[in-house]
Amino acid sequence: MNKLNKDNFKQDSYKHGFVTDIESEKIPRGLNEEVVKIISKKKNEPQWMLDWRLKAFNRLEVMKKPDWGKVKFDEINFQDIYYYSSPKGFEDKPKSLDEVDPKLLETYEKLGIPLKEQEVLAGVAVDAVFDSVSVATTFKEKLNEMGVIFCPISEAIQKHPELVKKYLGSVIPITDHFYATLNSAVFSDGSFVYVPKGVKCPMELSTYFRINASETGQFERTLIIADEGSYVSYLEGCTAPMRDENQLHAANVELVALDNAEIKYSTVQNWYPGDENGKGGIYNFVTKRGLCKGKNSKISWTQIETGSAITWKYPSCILRGDNSIGEFYSVAITNNYQQADTGTKMIHLGKNTKSKIISKGISAGKSSNTYRGLVKFNRKAENAKNITQCDSLLVGNTCSANTIPLTENNSNSSSIEHEATTSKISDEQLFYCMQRGLDAEQAQSLIVNGFCKEVLQKLPMEFAVEAQKLVSISLEGSVG
Amino acid sequence: MLEIKKLSVSVEKNKILDNLDLTIGSGEVHAIMGPNGSGKSTIAHTLAGNPNYNVDSGQALFNGKDLFELDPSERSLEGLFLAFQYPIELPGVSNASYLKQILNVHRKYEGKDPIDAAEFLKILKEKSNRLNIPMEMHSRFVNTGFSGGEKKKNEVLQMDFLNPSLVIMDETDSGLDVDALRQTSEAVNQLRSSDRSFIIITHYLRLLEYIEPDYVHVFQDGKIVESGDKKLAHKIDKEGYAT
Repeated sequence: MNKLNKDNFKQDSYKHGFVTDIESEKIPRGLNEEVVKIISKKKNEPQWMLDWRLKAFNRLEVMKKPDWGKVKFDEINFQDIYYYSSPKGFEDKPKSLDEVDPKLLETYEKLGIPLKEQEVLAGVAVDAVFDSVSVATTFKEKLNEMGVIFCPISEAIQKHPELVKKYLGSVIPITDHFYATLNSAVFSDGSFVYVPKGVKCPMELSTYFRINASETGQFERTLIIADEGSYVSYLEGCTAPMRDENQLHAANVELVALDNAEIKYSTVQNWYPGDENGKGGIYNFVTKRGLCKGKNSKISWTQIETGSAITWKYPSCILRGDNSIGEFYSVAITNNYQQADTGTKMIHLGKNTKSKIISKGISAGKSSNTYRGLVKFNRKAENAKNITQCDSLLVGNTCSANTIPLTENNSNSSSIEHEATTSKISDEQLFYCMQRGLDAEQAQSLIVNGFCKEVLQKLPMEFAVEAQKLVSISLEGSVG
Repeated sequence: MLEIKKLSVSVEKNKILDNLDLTIGSGEVHAIMGPNGSGKSTIAHTLAGNPNYNVDSGQALFNGKDLFELDPSERSLEGLFLAFQYPIELPGVSNASYLKQILNVHRKYEGKDPIDAAEFLKILKEKSNRLNIPMEMHSRFVNTGFSGGEKKKNEVLQMDFLNPSLVIMDETDSGLDVDALRQTSEAVNQLRSSDRSFIIITHYLRLLEYIEPDYVHVFQDGKIVESGDKKLAHKIDKEGYAT
């Protein structure tokens, strides 16, 4: 039934695999104190920031890498990686788009992210991060009028040190775990968002991460603060060229929601997944954590994970404020030799806190897909509630799916509901759809999109259609 | 329209159809009756290209094309429609978007542009009305949680959308109450035309009282043991299959 032209498979299936031919400036390879200092100097950072980084770096030297994930890979040589790469001439950040190298603008246009404000999606502001630097941020002025700060984190360190000092590392401490601490030492760019009291951010904010340079890691850092009674919806997208080598992406994302504030954070992760034989691809080792600091606050994570050779991430919520709500909606798709070990942690500290977890894992090819989650109720988390639903869908017979839901309940009045299912796309379903004229790939994509619907519909509307297409493309070549 | 020659089919190495010959002309309605296990559904699924049914020998020409050279979706695009005895559930896929998608693949095949949203809604209302299907059903997931009657009506609705030249109805009457049977049959009768043929598989006379066949064939052990006009159906209804 499969009419796919195998020669075209690779090209068709990963549409963002091109390399931008642009001269880059890298600092010497390797991880040492000097490198940390150079990065800080490149960013023109104040002393307190450098001290913070060095504290992380010193801590790193005594830390062990986590090894409990259900993922296999060769030991990473951290001395072999470039920790900073920027397009040449970025010492002085371009003041306007007119000063940005046209090749960079072209890159984002090719990726479907035009940066000229008159061309961008109405209602979406974009920060574009290319390797280790932010190349442009759109709609800054318009947002400024409402007091919303949306800028590269390197700029926030200069212009809003009081906010950065207060919140950076307040959710993911620099001593957290190896990859998070590594990020704290060498992070380069990422986005900073502050939404002031009572403001409903008038547009979607988004950051588009692009790895371009070879042998280079990307270590972005994002910090979002929603002050009392505010609301913000933020989306990140990620792509990288097709290369035979594995590249490391270790990001830290911290969210803070104060009283009555809401943050909606969506990810469409489409890093290069490696080829059909498992060669190349991004190692996506990411730490994302949100703190519902205030009462009645809400943090919602939605992730569509289709790329990366290895995905290892657990966007989590710490529900400290009474009545706060944490949500996690996830679609993780693995094909060929991809490995995903992803899920969430919901830590209930406050009274009447609620969390909801909906995870959809789809495995095809020879891939491995694990949901790993922790729901923890603290002793003081009276009347806390969690609902967890984990569904796995298998395509073919050579992939695997695992569900590892952990719970720790120290509160007598709390409840956890858990449901898990594993199913296969049945031949009957495929045949039924094909009898109506859909080809095998269309039929599969229809069924898989149906399976993910609950999660896909949580995405901001502007991105939902794109995500549906991505879901289909990621599974190309897996019907046989 | 359809010419089946010396067709033998097996499922998991059990021979089900044995040297079957059957010719169906344009605009004709053929009823296939027969006891359970006689191969009625096998002929339906084999013609539609279900991969679980192996064609051991023989041929089927559909409008001059060798049917067994085409995959199931190509057969559909060429105008062959199977109304399933047990329609399959597609959780998460809304019935409306599904109908639109299958309509559009057929339109594309015919070189037409995708249907616009307003036009689609208009046709959907019109066709649903005829089958007494409430519009609310289209925001539910395809066949998921549908009653037996809703599923069968949904099959006829899809048939109506795709405008096939050969319709195979596999026990469409089972699971239908009297009203639903009448509505469904009326809808099918409206779709009868000189360039559309039907194969109606059923156990019971009652469907054939609504949809009058031109020919009736009795299946037994994978063969046609008797053919005739609609009187044969009456005879079977009275006397059963035992000879």
